[in-house]
Amino acid sequence: MATAALSTVQLAPGQAAWRRFRRHRLALAGAVIILVLILGSAFGPYLLPFDDTYIDIMKRFAPPFSGAHILGTDELGRDVLARLMMGGRVSLSIGIVAMVIAMAVGIVVGAFAGFYGGVVGAVLMRLVDAVLCFPTIFLLLALAALTEPGLVTTTVLIAATAWMAVARVVEAQVRSLREREFAVAALAFGSSNMRIMFRELVPNAMAPIMVAATLNVAKAILLESYVSYLGYGIQPPAASWGNMLNNAQIYLTSAPWLAIAPGLAITLAVTSFNFLGDGLRDALDPRMNIP
Amino acid sequence: MARYVANRLAQAIMLLVIVSAIGFAILHLAPGGPLSQFAASAQMTQEDLDRVTSQLGLDRPLPIQYLDWFGRMLKGDWGRSYRDGEAVLSVISSHLGATMELMATATIIAVLLGCWIGVLGALRRYSLFDTLATVGAMIALSIPTFWFGLVTIYVFSVKLGWLPSGNRETVGDGSFLDLLHHLIAPALVLALVETAMWGRFMRSSMLEVINQDYIRTARAKGMPEWRILTVHALRNALLPMITVAGLQFPTLLGGALVAETVFTWPGMGRLFLDSIGYRDYPVVMGILMFSATMVLIGSLLADIFYAVVDPRIRVG
Repeated sequence: MATAALSTVQLAPGQAAWRRFRRHRLALAGAVIILVLILGSAFGPYLLPFDDTYIDIMKRFAPPFSGAHILGTDELGRDVLARLMMGGRVSLSIGIVAMVIAMAVGIVVGAFAGFYGGVVGAVLMRLVDAVLCFPTIFLLLALAALTEPGLVTTTVLIAATAWMAVARVVEAQVRSLREREFAVAALAFGSSNMRIMFRELVPNAMAPIMVAATLNVAKAILLESYVSYLGYGIQPPAASWGNMLNNAQIYLTSAPWLAIAPGLAITLAVTSFNFLGDGLRDALDPRMNIP
Repeated sequence: MARYVANRLAQAIMLLVIVSAIGFAILHLAPGGPLSQFAASAQMTQEDLDRVTSQLGLDRPLPIQYLDWFGRMLKGDWGRSYRDGEAVLSVISSHLGATMELMATATIIAVLLGCWIGVLGALRRYSLFDTLATVGAMIALSIPTFWFGLVTIYVFSVKLGWLPSGNRETVGDGSFLDLLHHLIAPALVLALVETAMWGRFMRSSMLEVINQDYIRTARAKGMPEWRILTVHALRNALLPMITVAGLQFPTLLGGALVAETVFTWPGMGRLFLDSIGYRDYPVVMGILMFSATMVLIGSLLADIFYAVVDPRIRVG
């Protein structure tokens, strides 16, 4: 009787996590904003009568809300809203794709280091420590200066400077998980090391990995904006949220709206992913409380 | 204690070797390698190029070149700038003062403000102040530093006209007040992210401490609350902040680069970007290696200092 009563109260782990996540209003708001930003960037350009790269010298520096151009036009008469949406495609995709690459590298390095430990683990983790010694922006810019700038290089380089945190998380998880009964049992069944690593250990570390992945998107979007703003990322005429701010400083006095819209978009996207990551951390693993 | 320090020192040296190997690899990734600058010149024939290559020893096996390069780095010979032939190390040191000034000011602001916010947030957990501080910190961490710089310039230089929009001093002035006037905006912009970080770490450190048994014991024996907070809680909560200072250093350096760019501050970050623009690889590599070494030394010092003040660390 008592057990029956208990079992009705008890929620499935997924349900409990969902409840904790829902309590986290800001995380929920973050998820909604991310969805809006993604949908807006994906479908918005089809709804606008303006092309993001169409130059109209006669309509330079039109202020926002003053006519057909809702967010005004830039120094070449291009529609700011259209550029913001197309830039959103670029910036958000870079954020997500760079995260996927960084995750893949980080998970493999972390899994190998945590599973094998010893010399392999020490060498891999010292490599992680060494790369972390370089301030991210310095390393990213130095690498970007050596390569042809573009969408692919920018994405790959951001991933190359962002995988280390994931590797650390996965290493710590795998190192502790491999001593647990289910891992020992898998070993006793004769599973291969690869199978134990990627079928048993890594899936069990999915909660912290998902949190790291979400925060990684935020970091990648921020890094894209830095390199593109400094001129070594996405190259004009293609728009990204970062390179839209490229010339904004020159026209700060006469056309401040050129700086406001892309900056707000970056801040909104990055804040949303950060809050989402925070909420996921609370929801998936209440014990994990890294600030 | 001596063993712990020796251990950490050995680790740091090993890391330095790996860091330098990464730096060396990047240098050789440069299109055309270290000679790209000369290779691009039309006045140089292939013959000249081959001669220079062997003169500089670039035809030797890579491991030998690396050892040679690493040895020269240790001796302080970091190569010469492509731009003006000046020694890389002296180019860097001439820009270091401005960066240090900026970073030190921002750190002082961030530590004072961040610790205050963090402690207050922990003591009044889930209060309105705490909620606002937590949300504010998250937003501060999400704002691109350069954009915050632009907004600051727009508000305080363009609109209000209170602060200069860049540079370290007014040409021909350079008095202390003038320097201070120029320092305010970039230091505050750089301090934003730092303050948020310090606040978050301080809050969680303080929360951990005030739930400890010895705090309850102090309360149980009737010690006044202010004494519990200052003598027992705060002192212990501040200890882990030493590590935070070490951890924050790379972020601080990166932030300085961005703030210097926006405010045309004549520091190392600005020099780094200019050098990238000129494809001045020796200086770019020099700054990259210099900043990584500084980060390494920073975390080493933080670890050692932490072990000095907290005896528990030395055992682990």
